[in-house]
Amino acid sequence: MRASHVQRGFVAATLHRLSGIALAIFLPLHFLALATALNGANALDTFLAITRQPIVAFLEWAIVVALALHMTLGLRVLAVEFFDFRERTLAALSLCLAAVAAVGLLFVLNLG
Amino acid sequence: MSEAALQKTLNVEVWRGAASGRFQSFAIPRRAHQTVLDVVTEIQREHDATLSYRFACRVGMCGSCAMVVNGRPRWTCRTRVSEVVEGGRLRLEPLRNFAIVKDLAVEMTQFFDKWKAAHGYFEPGAAPEKDFAVVPPETKERQAADAGIECIGCGVCYSACDVVAWEKDYLGPAALNRAWTLVNDVRDHGQMERLDAVSSEGGCQACHTHMSCTRFCPKAIEPTYAIAGLKRAMVKRALRGAG
Amino acid sequence: MLFAAQRATAFVLAFAVAVHLATILYAVRGGLTAAEILTRTHGNVAFALFYGLFVVAVAVHAPIGLRNVLRDWTAWRGRSLDVALTVFSLALLVLGLRAVFAVYGA
Repeated sequence: MRASHVQRGFVAATLHRLSGIALAIFLPLHFLALATALNGANALDTFLAITRQPIVAFLEWAIVVALALHMTLGLRVLAVEFFDFRERTLAALSLCLAAVAAVGLLFVLNLG
Repeated sequence: MSEAALQKTLNVEVWRGAASGRFQSFAIPRRAHQTVLDVVTEIQREHDATLSYRFACRVGMCGSCAMVVNGRPRWTCRTRVSEVVEGGRLRLEPLRNFAIVKDLAVEMTQFFDKWKAAHGYFEPGAAPEKDFAVVPPETKERQAADAGIECIGCGVCYSACDVVAWEKDYLGPAALNRAWTLVNDVRDHGQMERLDAVSSEGGCQACHTHMSCTRFCPKAIEPTYAIAGLKRAMVKRALRGAG
Repeated sequence: MLFAAQRATAFVLAFAVAVHLATILYAVRGGLTAAEILTRTHGNVAFALFYGLFVVAVAVHAPIGLRNVLRDWTAWRGRSLDVALTVFSLALLVLGLRAVFAVYGA
């Protein structure tokens, strides 16, 4: 009923939050995966083989994008809060998203 | 404005009731240079005398007429219909995040209580000063204070703020902006208490930099940066306390 | 307080994540194998210190962030929330340091 329109700062903050939540869920799994190396390199390789399945590869890409997104949008917050960065235009948000897109693209290109 | 445009009618949906209620529709003729306040006034005078709404100066000085127009919190006296109308439709609602008294009028008490809770008032100290304070206008502190002192407490920023909607103890952009102007007032003697007040659970750290307050302030005040200043002041004090 | 800790670790992580992302982008070229990872990390003290610090920073930063999200978007707050998040923080710390230890070479 009483909705204020979704503003660009709200979009930035929400993307920041959602990527943060995704990372928080992902991290324990990441740590568990790496710890398979405790059982030797083969154990880790077996796990890495799983990551070559398309759906997993996609999720991997998504989490790399989430990380880049969370970092760039976080830098925006730190800039406003601690460096008195006066951001009122779409420029900062676009810059963040462009950097993230670059990372996402690089990841796909390097993986292949 | 062309003849064709002037002959159009506005479909105006107005919130009636309080927390529960409904939208009531009115057909209002479109007129040249019409403001949303003109529309509301016409409804109340010509169509339904039971409609409740607030206004006072009608020239953009008092902030009394703030309400949500097509989803955006604004002053109705300073909003031309031509700026905001969407497909001939206007939707008028009371400000978000306030308890509704009736129709378009909201209860402002909590807003001003939070102003007090943030120590948004000048603290002169126990004894009178010996001489006039000299405050050069170009100093960093005075410029920071000047940037925020034009606030007239209209409530638009409070309505726009998502954190106010999510966190009931959040002091809100207006109260925190005022606190920042006083943090920068070199004559004030209540700085420690004020920093305590804005570092509490509902204080400045709850702001997530959505910047809706800055986006909608009708006086072009930027509460986001005032709140950022408070965050820095809070951290500096914590570091000094720890170090 | 929590706000200061989260922002401080944010600064640490800004640097650490930049390094980590660059490393990921470099390392995944042509696919990723355990051997490739482990040859670089085995006995590498600089690596262990860097990632150890990374884990500690994350264990502080993530739970505080989640606390904000949960308090804003759900009705959960108070002591039980803080306890749950402390447990999560410790879990991240333990699992993370274990992972660093695992690839450093046990």
